[in-house]
Amino acid sequence: MTADARRPPAVEVLDAPPSPDDEVRRRLEESWGRPRTFGGWLASTSHADIGRRYIVTAIVFFALAGLLAIAMRLQLARPENGLLGPDAYNQIFTLHGTTMMFLFAVPVMNGFALALVPLLVGTRNVAFPRLNAFGYWVYVLAGALLWGCYLLGMAPDAGWFSYVPLAGPEFSPGKRVDVWAQLISLTEISALVAAVEIIVTVFKMRAPGMSLDRVPLFVWSMLVMSFMIVFAMPAVMLSSVFLAMDRLVGTHFFNVAEGGDVLLWQHLFWFFGHPEVYIIFIPALGFVSSIVAVFARRQVFGYPAMVLSLVATGFISFGLWVHHMFATDLPQLGESFFTAASMLIAIPSGVQIFCWIATLWGGRPVLRVPLLYVLGFVTIFVAGGMTGVMLASVPLDLQVHDSAFVTAHFHYVLIGGAVFPLFGAIAFWFPKMTGRLLSESLGRWTFGLLFVGFNLTFFPLHQLGLDGMPRRIYTYLPDTGWTGLNQLATVGSWVIGVAVVLFVVNAVRSLVRGPFAGADPWRADTLEWATDSPPPAFNFLHLPVVVAREGLWAPGAGRLWVAGLDAPGKREVLVTNLLDAEPEIKSELPGSSLWPLAAAVSTVATFAGAMFTPWAVLWGSLPIFLALFGWGKPELEKKRRGETAPGPAAEPEAAG
Amino acid sequence: APGAERRRVVAVAAAAGVTLLVLVGFLLASVATGDRLAAPPSGEPLRVQVTGWQWWWDVRYPGAMAADEVRTANELHLPLGRPVRIELSSADVIHSFWVPRLHGKRDLLPGRPLLLHLTPSVAGVFDGQCAEMCGLQHAHMRLRVVVEPEEELEAWLAAQRRAAAPPASPLARRGQRVFLSSPCVLCHTVRGTAAGGRTGPDLTHLASRSTIAAGTLPNTRGHLAGWVIDSQSVKPGNAMPPIGLAGPELQALLAYLEGLE
Amino acid sequence: MSARTWLDASKLPSHAFGSRNLMWWGSVGFVVIEGAMFAMLIATTLYLRGATASWPPPGFAPPSLLWGTLNTGVLLVSLWPNNRLRKAAEALDEKATRRWMWIDDSFAVAFLAVRAVELTALGVRWDANAYGSAVWAVMGFHTLHLLTDAIETFVITWFFHLDPSPKRYIEVSEDCLYWNFVVLSWLPLYAVVYWLPRWT
Ligand code: HEA
Ligand code: HEA
Ligand code: CUA
Ligand SMILES: [Cu+2]
Repeated sequence: MTADARRPPAVEVLDAPPSPDDEVRRRLEESWGRPRTFGGWLASTSHADIGRRYIVTAIVFFALAGLLAIAMRLQLARPENGLLGPDAYNQIFTLHGTTMMFLFAVPVMNGFALALVPLLVGTRNVAFPRLNAFGYWVYVLAGALLWGCYLLGMAPDAGWFSYVPLAGPEFSPGKRVDVWAQLISLTEISALVAAVEIIVTVFKMRAPGMSLDRVPLFVWSMLVMSFMIVFAMPAVMLSSVFLAMDRLVGTHFFNVAEGGDVLLWQHLFWFFGHPEVYIIFIPALGFVSSIVAVFARRQVFGYPAMVLSLVATGFISFGLWVHHMFATDLPQLGESFFTAASMLIAIPSGVQIFCWIATLWGGRPVLRVPLLYVLGFVTIFVAGGMTGVMLASVPLDLQVHDSAFVTAHFHYVLIGGAVFPLFGAIAFWFPKMTGRLLSESLGRWTFGLLFVGFNLTFFPLHQLGLDGMPRRIYTYLPDTGWTGLNQLATVGSWVIGVAVVLFVVNAVRSLVRGPFAGADPWRADTLEWATDSPPPAFNFLHLPVVVAREGLWAPGAGRLWVAGLDAPGKREVLVTNLLDAEPEIKSELPGSSLWPLAAAVSTVATFAGAMFTPWAVLWGSLPIFLALFGWGKPELEKKRRGETAPGPAAEPEAAG
Repeated sequence: APGAERRRVVAVAAAAGVTLLVLVGFLLASVATGDRLAAPPSGEPLRVQVTGWQWWWDVRYPGAMAADEVRTANELHLPLGRPVRIELSSADVIHSFWVPRLHGKRDLLPGRPLLLHLTPSVAGVFDGQCAEMCGLQHAHMRLRVVVEPEEELEAWLAAQRRAAAPPASPLARRGQRVFLSSPCVLCHTVRGTAAGGRTGPDLTHLASRSTIAAGTLPNTRGHLAGWVIDSQSVKPGNAMPPIGLAGPELQALLAYLEGLE
Repeated sequence: MSARTWLDASKLPSHAFGSRNLMWWGSVGFVVIEGAMFAMLIATTLYLRGATASWPPPGFAPPSLLWGTLNTGVLLVSLWPNNRLRKAAEALDEKATRRWMWIDDSFAVAFLAVRAVELTALGVRWDANAYGSAVWAVMGFHTLHLLTDAIETFVITWFFHLDPSPKRYIEVSEDCLYWNFVVLSWLPLYAVVYWLPRWT
C-alpha cells in the first residue's frame, strides 16, 4: 500500500473489488451507454460525444474560412483585380476573421478541453452534461445562422471587430451587422458554458490523489483558459448587446451626437479581444506540454515555473488591450503603461519556451509527427512573438498598425501558436479518440507543406506592411509595387490548402483502415492513456487513484483504484475536494436528454428574431422557459431508492 | 543527474534574465522615441485641417479671415523644415491618416478631434492612404502629400486662395452652364460661382491636382470623363450618383473642369 | 500487473450542501460571470459620464428617489427570510422550508411590483441620449435578474411541494445563494442609477 495515496480514512480499502470486473462493466454500460439511434445521438450528453462534435464542427468552419482566405489571396494576386468587388471582399474578410476566431479557434480549444479534461483528471463525464450539450447546440446553430446569412448575401462586412460608427445604424443599414452582433452573443454563451464546465470538472472531479500540484499541465492550461473566458467574454457580450440595441431600439451608446462615444466600443471590445487571443493560445500551450513530455520521454522541466507562467499570462493579458488603440486619442503616459505590460507578457511566454527546450535537451526526443508540429510551433511562434513585441512599441506601431505587418504578426501567432499545436494535438490524440493510428508519412508531408506554405504566405506580408500596404483593402493600384510579394503569398496559400487537404485525407483514411492503436501507443504519462482507445462511455472501468505528478510514469501507478461507483441505473461520479482531491461525495449526473437541444433551438431562434423586432425577446422567452422547465423537471415517477440523506457527511480527515 | 538538472535551471534562469534585460532596453528606447515624436515642435506651426469623408479627404488651410481659407481635397502641400500642426477629424466613420514616409498613423475620430505634429524634413511627393477600414472604398482612399520649400508653398497657397478661373472658351462657358444646372452643385463647391455644396471635394482648382477620386485615377481628360459619367463602376459605392449627360454636354463640361487650374 | 487495492466509494454520501456539491460550484460560476457583466456595465456608465459634460444632460432630472429606494429596502429586508429559508432547507426541516418559501415568494412579487413602478419614474427614455441608454441598460439588466430569480423561486416552490426529496432541499439552498447575489449586486447599481446623477 503506497503511503502517499492520500485516501481519507472514511473510505474503506479493499483487497478485492466488491464486484467482479465483468459485472461492473455490464452495469456501467447499462447506465452510461446510449442507444445507437439518431435520437440517441441527438440526446447524448457524453463529454466525448460533445467534445468530438465541437472539434469536427470547428474544423469544418476552419476549412470554410480557409476557402474564403484562398478567395482573398486570389483577389490580391493582381492589382485592380476584378475577381471580387469591394462588397464581396468586405464580407469575406469579415467572415473569415469572425469564423476563424469565434467559430474555429475558441470552440476547437473548448472541444479538446471537453473531450480530454474528464479523461485526464480521471472521471466519467463533465460536471453538467446537459448544459454541455446545450452549449454545443447553441454554437453550431449560431454558426449555421451566420453562414446561412452569407449564402443569402447578408454577411457582416465591418471587420471582425466591427468598429462603430461604421457598424452602427447610420453607416451599416440592413441586417448584416445585426447578424454579427447576435453571433457574438451566442458564441459567447456557448464558450462561457464550456468554461464553467471545465472549471467545475477540474476543481471538483479529479481522481483521488490528484492534488493541485499533481494536475497535468494540459489541465492547468485549460483551467486558465476557462477563467479567462469567464472574465473576458462578459465584456464582448455586453458590447454586442449595446451595438444591437443601438441598431434596433435606438439607444445611443456609440452615437456621438447624443452623448455616446466611439472609443467606448473599442475599449469594451479589446478588453475582451486581447484576452481572446490568449484564450486561443493558452490551450495550445497545454498541447505542447503534453507532446513535449511524451516525446522527450521525461516530465516537462520546471513544473512550478510552467504553471506560474500560465497563470501570469492569464492575469497580464487583461492589462494589454489598449495596444490595439495606439493610433486613437489616448494620453501618452497610459500608452507607455500598455507598452510595458505588452512587453512584460513576453517573459512568461519565453520562460515556457525555455522550459520546453530544456526538456527536449535533457530527454531522448523521438521525432514523431506531433513533435514536428511542436518544433514548427516554436520557430513560428517565436517569430510572431517578436513582431508582437515590436508592435507593442508605440512609435513602431503607429507606422505598421492596420497594415499587412499586423496581418503577418497575428497569423504567425495564431497559426504558429495555435494551429500548429492543434495539428500536433490531433496527431497525438487521434489514436485515443478513434482507436486508430494516423499515417506517419502522410503526416510528415502535411507538416512540411504546412510549414513551407505558411511561411511563403505570411512572411512577405511583413515587408508589404513596411512598404505601406494597409490591411482590409480589396485591391491596390499597380503603381504601389506590391504585386510581386502578394503573388508569393497567394502561391503560399495554395500550398497551405494542399496541406489541409492531405490532412483531411489522412484522417479519413485512418478512420476507415488505420492500424489499431491500443490503449497507449505512445507510452504516455497522463490518465487518458490508462483506458481503452476509444474510451468506453463511462471512461474508466475503475477510476484510477493518482500517486504522483508523473501520473502513469510514477512507480506506484496502477495499483490503487476506486471501486463502488457502479450502482445500477445511475451515472455516478466521484466528487473530491479542491486542493487535495480527497473523496467527498458521489454525485449522480443526469442522463441523455433532448431538452438541451430544444433550449438551444429556442435561444438561437430568439436571438435571430431579435434582429428584426425587440418583441422577439418576449415571445422567445416562453419556449426557452418551457425547455428549461422540461430540462430541470424532477423525474417524479422514478422515486429513487438508496439515496442517503444529504447533510453534513463526516468531514474527511487529514491525509493519512 | 543532479548536475545536469542544475545546469538546466541555470540556463533557463539566465535566458529569462536576458529576455528581461532586452525588454527593458527596448522599452526605454521605445518610450524615449515616442516622447520625441509626440512633442509639439517649437516655432509657429502651419495649421492644416484634414477631415475624413467616405472616401476622400477634405483639406483646409485656415486663414486669418474666413475668406483667406484655402480648401482643397486629397492633396496636401507642406513646407519643408517648418513644423506643421494637422488637425484631424471625421465627418462620418473612423478613418486613419497615414503617410508612411512622413509619420505614423493618427485616427480621424468622429466627435474627438486629434492633432498630429510633424516637421517634414525631405522634399518630394509622398503617397498616403486611409488606414482604418471605413467601408466599401477604404482601398481607394488615398492622398498625396507634396513637401516643398516654403516659398513654393506660399505660391501654391496664393494660387489656391483665388476664386475659380472664369471659363476661357465658348465651349467651357457652355460647360459651366451644364455644371451649374446639374446636381453636381449640391455637393461640390467652385468658389466664384453659385456652386457651394460642402459634402463633396472642393473643385475650385480641380485641374491643379494630379489625381481624381482620392488617388484612384490620374487626372486626365479620359479618366475625368469616365468618372463623371459612371463613377460607380470606377469606385463602387461612392457618394456620387451617375450623371446622365449627352456627348456634347459632356465635352463642354470637361472643357470647363479642365480649365479650373 | 502487481497486486491491486481498491478504495470503496460505495458508502460515500450522495448529496451535500455547499461547496461539496457540484451545483453549488455551477451557481458560483454563473454568479461570477454575471458579476463581471455588472462590473462592465458600471464601467460603461462611468466612462460615458466622463465623456459627457453633464450627467444627466440638461433638461433631464435624475430618477426619482422614492421608488428606487423603496425597492432597495424591500430587497434588503428580503435577505432575512431568504437566509432563514436556506437554514431551514439545510436542516432538512420540511415545514419551515415550506413556510419561508412562501414568504420568499411574496417578496419576489413585491420587488417585481415595485420595480415595475420604478421603471416608469426614471425620467428619461433609453432612446433620448446616451445617459438614458445607460440608465435603462442597468435597470433592464438587473430587472432581468429579478425576473429569473423570481421565476426560479416559484418553480422551485412548486417542485418542492411535489417531491420534497434531498435533491430539492439542495435546489432551495442554491436558489437562496442566487437570491443573495441578486440583492447584493443591486446596491452598486442603485448607487450608479440613483446617486451618480446627483453627485456633482
Ligand atoms: C494567438 C494569438 C496571439 C498571441 C499569442 C499574440 C502575442 C502578442 N501580441 Fe498580438 N495580436 C493577435 C494575436 C496574438 N498576439 C491578433 C489576432 C492581433 C490583431 C487583431 C486585429 O487587429 O485584427 C494582434 C495584434 C497585436 C497588437 C496590435 C497591433 C496593431 O493593431 O497595431 C500588438 C501591439 O502591441 C500585439 C502585441 C503582442 C505581444 C507583445 C504578444 C506577446 O504575447 C508575444 C510574446 C512572445 C514572445 C516574445 C516570443 C517568445 C519569447 C522568447 C523566445 C523570449 C525572448 C524574447 C525577447 C527577448 C523579446 N499584438
Ligand atoms: C485562427 C485564426 C486564423 C486562421 C487559422 C487564418 C488562416 C488564414 N488566413 Fe486569416 N485572418 C484571421 C484569422 C485567421 N486566419 C483574422 C482574425 C483576420 C482579420 C479579419 C479582419 O480584418 O476583420 C484574418 C485576415 C486575413 C487576411 C487579410 C485580409 C485583409 O486584411 O484584407 C488574409 C489575407 O491574406 C488572410 C489569409 C489567411 C490564410 C491564407 C489562411 C490559411 O492559413 C488558411 C488555410 C486553410 C485553408 C487553405 C482551407 C483549405 C480547405 C480546403 C482546401 C477544403 C478542403 C476540405 C475538404 C476536403 C472537406 N487572413
Ligand atoms: Cu477611410 Cu479607410
Ligand atoms: Cu492584443
